[in-house]
Amino acid sequence: MSEGSVRWQTATVIDIVVRTPRIKSFFLSLEHPFEFQAGQHVDIRLTAPDGYQAMRSYSIASAPDHGTSIELAVERLDDGEVSMFMHDVIVPGDEIEVRGPLGGHFIWSVTDGGPLLLLGGGSGVVPLVSMVRHLKAANLAGSTVPVLLLLSARTWDEALFRDELLEFNKEMSGFTFVLNLTREASARGQDFGRRIDAAMAADVVKRLPGPPVHVFVCGSNAFVNAAADSALAAGIPAETIRTERYGG
Amino acid sequence: MATTRGFTGRPRATDLSSRIPPGQHLEKDFPVLSAGPTPRIRIADWTFTLKVGPRPVKTWSWTEFNALPMTQMTRDIHCVTTWSKLDTVWEGVLVDDILKAASIEAPTPYVLAHSFDGYSTNVPMQDLAGKAMVALRFGGEPLDSDHGGPARLLVPHLYFWKSAKWLNGLQFTERDEAGFWELRGYHMYGDPWREQRYSGD
Ligand SMILES: Cc1cc2nc3c(=O)[nH]c(=O)nc-3n(C[C@H](O)[C@H](O)[C@H](O)COP(=O)(O)OP(=O)(O)OC[C@H]3O[C@@H](n4cnc5c(N)ncnc54)[C@H](O)[C@@H]3O)c2cc1C
Repeated sequence: MSEGSVRWQTATVIDIVVRTPRIKSFFLSLEHPFEFQAGQHVDIRLTAPDGYQAMRSYSIASAPDHGTSIELAVERLDDGEVSMFMHDVIVPGDEIEVRGPLGGHFIWSVTDGGPLLLLGGGSGVVPLVSMVRHLKAANLAGSTVPVLLLLSARTWDEALFRDELLEFNKEMSGFTFVLNLTREASARGQDFGRRIDAAMAADVVKRLPGPPVHVFVCGSNAFVNAAADSALAAGIPAETIRTERYGG
Repeated sequence: MATTRGFTGRPRATDLSSRIPPGQHLEKDFPVLSAGPTPRIRIADWTFTLKVGPRPVKTWSWTEFNALPMTQMTRDIHCVTTWSKLDTVWEGVLVDDILKAASIEAPTPYVLAHSFDGYSTNVPMQDLAGKAMVALRFGGEPLDSDHGGPARLLVPHLYFWKSAKWLNGLQFTERDEAGFWELRGYHMYGDPWREQRYSGD
C-alpha cells in the first residue's frame, strides 16, 4: 500500500442499484482513481454541518481492473447511522468522501493460486465477489484457478449477487457456486438449507480438486466464527484461513 | 471539510464528545475484529514469555502468571474501525509488574507483543510503562476467547489493534519493528487522538 493512496478524496455517486430487499449497490466515480486488489476496502466519511463526522469501512465489490469507478454494496441496518443514511438519503449526483484502497491481509490475486475456498455470510460476500470477478477477468485471459464460493443468506431473495454468481457457475470453468439458505428451502440440488457446520465445510471442500490453499471467510462476527470453526473442524489448517468481520 | 448533503448524524450526547476521538463513534456492544479464526487456547497450554531480542528471560505458566499482582483499570478504548467504548473494566498484570517479577528494567525502548496465532504488534516501552497491562478479565469475567482470552495486551490509549489478543509474550527489540497489521498498511504508532490509522497519517 503506497502512502499516497490513502488520502481522502471526493467521490460522486453515479448510480444506485437495489440488489436485495436490504442491500443496495453504490457506484462511485473517483476523483483520483486508484488501483486495488480483490478483497480490499475503502473508508467513507460523512460530515454534518456542525462538523460531526461518521466514518465506516466498505469492501470493494468491483473487479480490481475496473477503472475509474468502484462498486460498494451496503446492507441497511435498522438504527445504523451510516448504512441507513446511505440507503435512505443518498441519491445519484451526491458527493461523499472516500479513502482507499485499504487492507493488506484479506486480499487475493490469481497469481496467488488455489484451490480457493470462499465462505461468505450476507453482505460478507462483497470482497469475495470482487475475487470471483477478478477470476472471471483472468479466465478470459486464459488462467484458471479452482474456486468454490459458498454464500450463506437467509432467503433466495436475500442472496446478494445471486444471479451473477449462478451465471458465472455456468460459464466459468473451475468456478463452483454453492448457496446455503438458512430460512428457506433451497431451489437447487447442490445447495444447503441450514446453518454452516463442519459437515457442510467438508462437503464443499470435497468439490474442489484438492485441499484449499487459501480460505477467505467474511461476514458478521457470528458467521465468521461459525464458518472458520467449521473449516478448522473439516481439517483445514488455521494458517490458510483469513477472516474479515463486519461487526454484529 | 466538505459537508455531506443531508447528513446530520445520529443525535449525540455532547457531554461525552471530549472522550471520543475524531472520526470515532460510541459503541455499546463489543465488536470483534481479527485476521483469522478465533484460537481456542487451553489454560493448560497457556504460557507467557518475556524476551530480550531472541533470548527468553522468563516464562510463566497460567498459575504462575495469576500469582502476580493484579490491577484493575477502567478505561475508554478506541478501535481503528471507528468505534469507541467508554468505561471498560479490565483486570490483569501491569507490564511494570511483569518486568519487576522478571527482575529486569526495560533494556530497549521498543517492544513487540506476540500472540498464539503468530501475530504481533509493536508498542514503544514508553507507552507500556505505567499505562498497559496483560488483561485476564473483562467486566468482572474471565476474558472471552473472542476478545483475546485467556490473556490480551491492553494499551488503552492507542488504537485497539495494538492491544494484541491471545497474547503469549512480550519481546524487547533493538529497533521499532513493524508487526502484523503495521506491515499491512496500518500506522506504526496508532494514536486515536491524532487519527493515526494508516501509514502516512
Ligand atoms: C473491513 C470492513 C469492510 C466492510 N464492508 C462492508 C460491506 O461491504 N458492506 C456492508 O454492508 N458493511 C460492511 N462493513 C460494515 C460497515 O463498516 C458498517 O459497520 C455497517 O454498515 C454498519 O454501520 P452503520 O453506521 O450503519 O451502523 P452503526 O451505527 O455503526 O450501528 C451498528 C449496529 O449497532 C446498532 N446500533 C448502533 N447504535 C445504536 C443505538 N444507539 N441504539 C440501538 N442500536 C444501535 C445498529 O442497529 C447496528 O445494527 C465492513 C466493515 C469492515 C470493518
